[in-house]
Amino acid sequence: MESLRPILEFKNTCVSYTRQTMAVKNVSAQIERNAITAIMGPSGCGKSTLLRAVNLMHNLYPNIRVEGEILLNGENILSMEPINVRRRVGMVFQRPTPFPTMSIYDNVLAGFSLNGIRLSKTDRDATVERCLKSVALWDEVKDVLNKKGTFLSGGQQQRLCIARALAMKPEVLLMDEPTSALDPIATKHIEELLLELHKDVTILIVTHNMGQAKRISSKSMFMYLGELVEYGDTEVLFTNPKDERTKSYLTGKMG
Amino acid sequence: MSDKIYKVISFLAALAVPVVCGGIIYALVTDAYGAFEYFGFFNFLTSSDWNYTEGHEQYGALPFIVGTLLTTLLALILCIPFSLPVALFVGEYFKGTRIANVLNTVIELLAGIPSIIYGLWGFYALRPLVMALNISPHGSGILTASLVLAIMIVPYAASLSAEFIKMVPNDLKEGAYSLGATRAEVIRRVIFPVAGSGIFSSYVLAIGRALGETMTVTMLIGNTNNIPTSLTATGNSMASIIANQFGEADGLRLSSLIAIGLILFLITALINMVGKIMIKRASIV
Repeated sequence: MESLRPILEFKNTCVSYTRQTMAVKNVSAQIERNAITAIMGPSGCGKSTLLRAVNLMHNLYPNIRVEGEILLNGENILSMEPINVRRRVGMVFQRPTPFPTMSIYDNVLAGFSLNGIRLSKTDRDATVERCLKSVALWDEVKDVLNKKGTFLSGGQQQRLCIARALAMKPEVLLMDEPTSALDPIATKHIEELLLELHKDVTILIVTHNMGQAKRISSKSMFMYLGELVEYGDTEVLFTNPKDERTKSYLTGKMG
Repeated sequence: MSDKIYKVISFLAALAVPVVCGGIIYALVTDAYGAFEYFGFFNFLTSSDWNYTEGHEQYGALPFIVGTLLTTLLALILCIPFSLPVALFVGEYFKGTRIANVLNTVIELLAGIPSIIYGLWGFYALRPLVMALNISPHGSGILTASLVLAIMIVPYAASLSAEFIKMVPNDLKEGAYSLGATRAEVIRRVIFPVAGSGIFSSYVLAIGRALGETMTVTMLIGNTNNIPTSLTATGNSMASIIANQFGEADGLRLSSLIAIGLILFLITALINMVGKIMIKRASIV
């Protein structure tokens, strides 16, 4: 049964930047399909590093080593072609990164053009409309699709980047503190959006903001010094943390 | 008191810059005026005679304008296939590594070599090769001069373009990689478009250098006052004709040489201005 199997599974995953120091130590966890899973923890705890391992971002930097296994639908990502993994696992970054030389329209389709996939005009139009509607940006930009993506506000740019990732129909969407550069209203929009989107795509989100994790995620991980300290239902983790470290983080004694 | 002295010194020094620049332009214009008046501005630009026999004096700038523009254009075309990959090597593939630093040092070294040495090398190493390959019987000419010019401007174009390639934000590149792009696609679709106007401006500045290059071209172009009919033909450039003849020229001939100098100055200033404007635009992104 496909739907019962975890979509993503970390098995003794380790990431190291240098031989001496490990940024992620022996993380094992199963990510539930179509859930929003939040990864929390203080700065430098390895949460972004863990996230970036999932779409093989670390392969871009020859010094970084990833060990153990990361299974996507049972298949080890670490032995797959990065290009194939990244088409199935989308990513949204901390700062919005629309391509400055491309129009809004072309930004949504960037995944196709970057991969040399040609679509017919009707398919292109339909994809742009579908993706911009799914991030609730269509009504705001439908008349200015030919303007540059950088012309939009920060929150709109971030939604454009989410649309760009969704255009490739990924199975998993990784989000690395996607709202930390946005104002509270834009943040609220993105959160509402994620609550809609997770019906179609599994979301793994790194966040600094405990309130955000509480509002949107059903599962939460707490990481500290590269270790996965605690992982479980968000409600349980917030109300009844098992580990002392989780407790002191959630109560603001450590941050 | 010392405050005032610093202020006065810097004011005077700052004032000297436009005064010197204005003085050069004034001298060029007044001395070139004789030739423009005698032959007419457009006639001077489009005439290809260069005859200093007394009584039959006839001067025109066209062969030299063509010679300069042709060697510069050819040098640019020859320079791009080397400088662009080098820029990618330093600015992207091996960005920040020791090997890129070593290469950068070598590039800077090349940029610092005096042009007379490039000229010597061209004359004694490249010219015999051109002859041996049967490209041209005497070895000198537009092509030989352009080849050495190209080698001379590669360091400028490469190191400046590499800076612009380095400046492309990592976020943007990772954004493209996260969509499944390969490195080649990231270079073609993200790095080149984003760094494009910067790369363009570095070539404009390289052109500016090639236009005014005197020594190397004089040693290799052949110095014949005709419009070159082929790439292997000999010719002359604006800077070369001036360098070759100013010592023995007076009267109308000297005025004509200075007029050529003025034209070269205007072309170079225009090209540099375009380059600067493009750089300004590039740094906005």
